[in-house]
Amino acid sequence: MSDNRIDTLTRRQFVRAAGAAAGGLLVGFNLSACDSGPVSGQVTGDGPLLANTFIRIALDNSVAILVNHSEKGNGAYTALPMLVAEELDLDWSSITVEPAPTSPEYYHAWWGVYITGGSTSTGSSWGPLRSAGAKTRAMLLEAASRYWETDASGLTTAGGYVVDAANGRKLAYGDLIATIREHDIQPPESVMLKDPADFRIIGKDRRRIDAPEKVTGKAVFGIDVELPNLRTATVLRSPVFGGKVKSFDASEALLVEGVVKVKEVSSGVAVVADNFWAARKGRDALKVEWDLGSNAGLSTAAFYEEYRRLVDTDGLVAEDVGDVEAAFREFGDSEDSSIVEAVYELPYLAHATMEPMNAVADVRADRCEVWSGTQFQSNDRRLIAEYLGLSEESVVIHRSLMGGSFGRRASTIADFTLEAVEVANGESFPVKVIWSREDDMRGGFYRPLFVHKIRGLVDGDGTIQAWHQRAAGQSIMQDTVFEQAYMADGIDVYSMDGCVDQPYSIANHRVESHNPAKVGPLPLWWRAVGQTHTGFAYESFLDELAHAAGRDPMELRLELTRDFPRMHQVLETMAEAVDWGSPRADNRGVGLAARTAFGSFLAQVAEISVTDDRQIHVDKVTCVIDCGRAVNPLGVRAQVQSGIVYGMTAAMTGEIEIEEGRVKQSNFHDYPVMRMPHMPEVVVHIVDSGADPSGVGEPPTAPIAAAMTNALFDATGERVRKLPLINQGWRFRS
Amino acid sequence: MTKLYVNGTEHEIEAAADTPLLWVLRDVLKLAGTKYGCGIAQCGSCTVHVDGTPVRSCIAPLASVAGKQVTTIEGVAEGETLHPVQQAWLEHDVVQCGYCQSGQIMSAIALLERNPDPSDAEIDEAMAGNICRCGTYQRIRKAIKAVASP
Repeated sequence: MSDNRIDTLTRRQFVRAAGAAAGGLLVGFNLSACDSGPVSGQVTGDGPLLANTFIRIALDNSVAILVNHSEKGNGAYTALPMLVAEELDLDWSSITVEPAPTSPEYYHAWWGVYITGGSTSTGSSWGPLRSAGAKTRAMLLEAASRYWETDASGLTTAGGYVVDAANGRKLAYGDLIATIREHDIQPPESVMLKDPADFRIIGKDRRRIDAPEKVTGKAVFGIDVELPNLRTATVLRSPVFGGKVKSFDASEALLVEGVVKVKEVSSGVAVVADNFWAARKGRDALKVEWDLGSNAGLSTAAFYEEYRRLVDTDGLVAEDVGDVEAAFREFGDSEDSSIVEAVYELPYLAHATMEPMNAVADVRADRCEVWSGTQFQSNDRRLIAEYLGLSEESVVIHRSLMGGSFGRRASTIADFTLEAVEVANGESFPVKVIWSREDDMRGGFYRPLFVHKIRGLVDGDGTIQAWHQRAAGQSIMQDTVFEQAYMADGIDVYSMDGCVDQPYSIANHRVESHNPAKVGPLPLWWRAVGQTHTGFAYESFLDELAHAAGRDPMELRLELTRDFPRMHQVLETMAEAVDWGSPRADNRGVGLAARTAFGSFLAQVAEISVTDDRQIHVDKVTCVIDCGRAVNPLGVRAQVQSGIVYGMTAAMTGEIEIEEGRVKQSNFHDYPVMRMPHMPEVVVHIVDSGADPSGVGEPPTAPIAAAMTNALFDATGERVRKLPLINQGWRFRS
Repeated sequence: MTKLYVNGTEHEIEAAADTPLLWVLRDVLKLAGTKYGCGIAQCGSCTVHVDGTPVRSCIAPLASVAGKQVTTIEGVAEGETLHPVQQAWLEHDVVQCGYCQSGQIMSAIALLERNPDPSDAEIDEAMAGNICRCGTYQRIRKAIKAVASP
């Protein structure tokens, strides 16, 4: 891969990351899609026989497309088949989707593992799937030409047929399979891809292919998997992270009707039963004595204290442009310049997917089958094989639909999948482990808690002369399989994503990172990852500097982005879309935030209303996004709405607190989330830059918190620097 | 044994009387369209109709619905013909992950049955008990309105 894909790492970090990953495991996580090949033109042979890998055409003309990215609401099962259907000129109604098996030819085209993440499903498939479609089409054209004994150049394809217009005849794709076999027709080494001007499917609104089964209750999520003789288990886990079972008394649990077994596993004590309710009641009847271990005194309050101290000290330098110290020396004493300093604090967050974690495992002596809603099946398979002492080929993972994920189901330690294997191991029956909502909420794997401190300097002309940012929070990548690829000089590339390499021209810009010890809950990617906290800190502080300089936040950003045309265009589109600067009522506020994230460029304007008793309602959010070519604009708009809701929830109410090692929150009553009455009108403008597709799922979550709090400042003059807003006495208008 | 009518069919259920209706539907009758989300009537994923009224099945013990008519997401279409609310859900491309949508649809059907032309505020009130983490609320609102005023 070429380094122009990396646009959120510094060049130096990229080189390190690429070098570290030379073994071939992983290269570059945070990619845009700048070099997945020309949009049209000659594409040369690229690895395995794609035509037989992703596409299966049957004699009855039905077409199965094997999709190697998870469907968790993101729309991959619709957008990815669109890429094939475009080049192969398929009849959309003939398409079914199958989750592709855990086999290397289906590994992520950029990363070499089987994973869905980083908002890359469409971008990484853009080249391979179109190429697969085009090569298959070429084979069908050749077959038809042989069958009719005519020159292929006069043939076209449409709606699942090869058409010979001159002679008024056509052949369905399925009817050409015999000819392909007879003549042993192979896919061409290279093939022309369509000119975008000829696109009939890409770029047009396409409703979700999985919607019919989801509105009728027929869709099978992991929790719905049924097998002969299947038992259900719940696990009683330590109340403190890392705690271990000292002893347990299962006598009462075993008296519960339907409970068949109680066993210790590494995460706690599992109660296996004929059904969920029996397992749940059995678990309630368990008596477990815990060795709580070293985390029994852990508290989020102490994390905050520690991190606040850290950001007052030098950290590892993630970016250092110009000379920040010299700028503070030079301008700091001048009377007409201003120095602004602010600390931003963000809590742990749970993903809180609607479908709690679960997995099904059937373990036999020489093989293991798993049914799991997973984003990371090659890692799951490797860890399961290691645990059972089997070859990876003996472990089969059936990927189910998943009821939300937001990063949770890409587990670096395969936690919920491996746990089901452990419970089922040694049993003669398959077992489904279901996490209760409380298990899920208290299970760890959180967006890490972060403190950012930023010091900025604005000169007498209103120019930002210096920006000095320090961030402290646990690294996601450290001590994981990703460490080599995504830690450079001790800096977690993802922790700093969004405060380095942002498309703003600031002459002196220094960013430092602290990675405090990874104790307690394991930090994990949470929709938009580092951008969830860096986006809030960065865009809030930019707003603070604009006000310190007496400048309009939009005008300032327009100036800062002059050398970044795509970001600049997004902001110009936004200014026009919302009629920026138009007058508004006293109780209303307007806030702007902008980001480049996951290869895309976006801006959001939140328009809010407030009441005197600190109720807030977000009336409208406008999002302008340049995500390259929008393969399915309908899906892009849905994901923008989705990302905004997800980020709004976090800004308003999202917080996981730990006291004495125990998570305070447990369910949706004390971890409240956005509901229908809180929903703003969301208006999405897609800027067509003509670039290859880049991320959509995560970017919209990045700016919304700052857009909201900047709007709150606009309405009230109150600057919120610590999330969630409920802790500052604000609540959603009821 | 507890007698129960589900989607028009009579069932004699053999399960503990305290078993929530949700788990009777899922584990005994194998009607998995009704979803577990929270277990404490906070999220609405498990919404079904009991004698025509929306109920959070995760907190309704089997004994409390004895002899009653239960309708689940599997029972709202007429054969191959989808319920107008399901149809509107398709036309407005409401779903994303889809996990909460059985509950959303059951709440929406109940709303429209008692109030065929709800205002925004009435939609807010009726749907506030159903969480969607994908954030499909805007399209849910549009789909409900489309059914209300076709």
